[in-house]
Amino acid sequence: MTLELIAIYATIVFLIIGAIFTFVAAIGLLKLNDSMTRLHAPTKAATVGIGAFLLASMAHAYALGEPSFHELLILAFLFVTAPISANFIAKVNIHKRACEALPVPAEDEMWSTLDVPPGEEARAKPQTGA
Amino acid sequence: MSFALEVMNWMLIAGFTVLSVSQLMAMVRLVIGPDTGDRILALDTMVLNAIGLIVLLGVTQGTRVYFEVTLIIAMLGFVSTVALARFVLRGDIIE
Repeated sequence: MTLELIAIYATIVFLIIGAIFTFVAAIGLLKLNDSMTRLHAPTKAATVGIGAFLLASMAHAYALGEPSFHELLILAFLFVTAPISANFIAKVNIHKRACEALPVPAEDEMWSTLDVPPGEEARAKPQTGA
Repeated sequence: MSFALEVMNWMLIAGFTVLSVSQLMAMVRLVIGPDTGDRILALDTMVLNAIGLIVLLGVTQGTRVYFEVTLIIAMLGFVSTVALARFVLRGDIIE
């Protein structure tokens, strides 16, 4: 009896947390100024909000006497995929020039290439013979 | 126990209200969004809010039949977000 009461109160707390986070996400999506700042508001807050709703569902299922842990699957899936979709949307913003341009990278021939750096041609020549 | 159940019912109503208002705000961003990235982000947020609404519906009715629905909508939402972003980035989805 007491455990079910605690589960009901946990449901209430998780519902409050989820409602607050979801509302903050919606306000951030609507009110912020820049595309990139708008991107950061819902991708974090809505994930935590939906996670809190799923935890509330788990607590409520426990209070009903039939505990279920299926919701952890959706939670894990959301937590894994939210940064990926956020990364894709950030790439779209960069591609459409909806944000500040990236700084010009410094001159460097050695980064992630197989080019021979200047001044080292002699050393990099293939050794014939031997 | 009955007091806690009553508070939980009120919190469920509040959760439905907040999620509906959030869905409407995301829809406003979807309409006025000045750029493509904002519209994709608004659609992604709407999918997340729809997942929350379905979860709250399951809590209200006390059933577990909405679990598969939620999982499939989460997967489809992620895939559609990536497909939209990829279409904008590459002009093609599966090259």
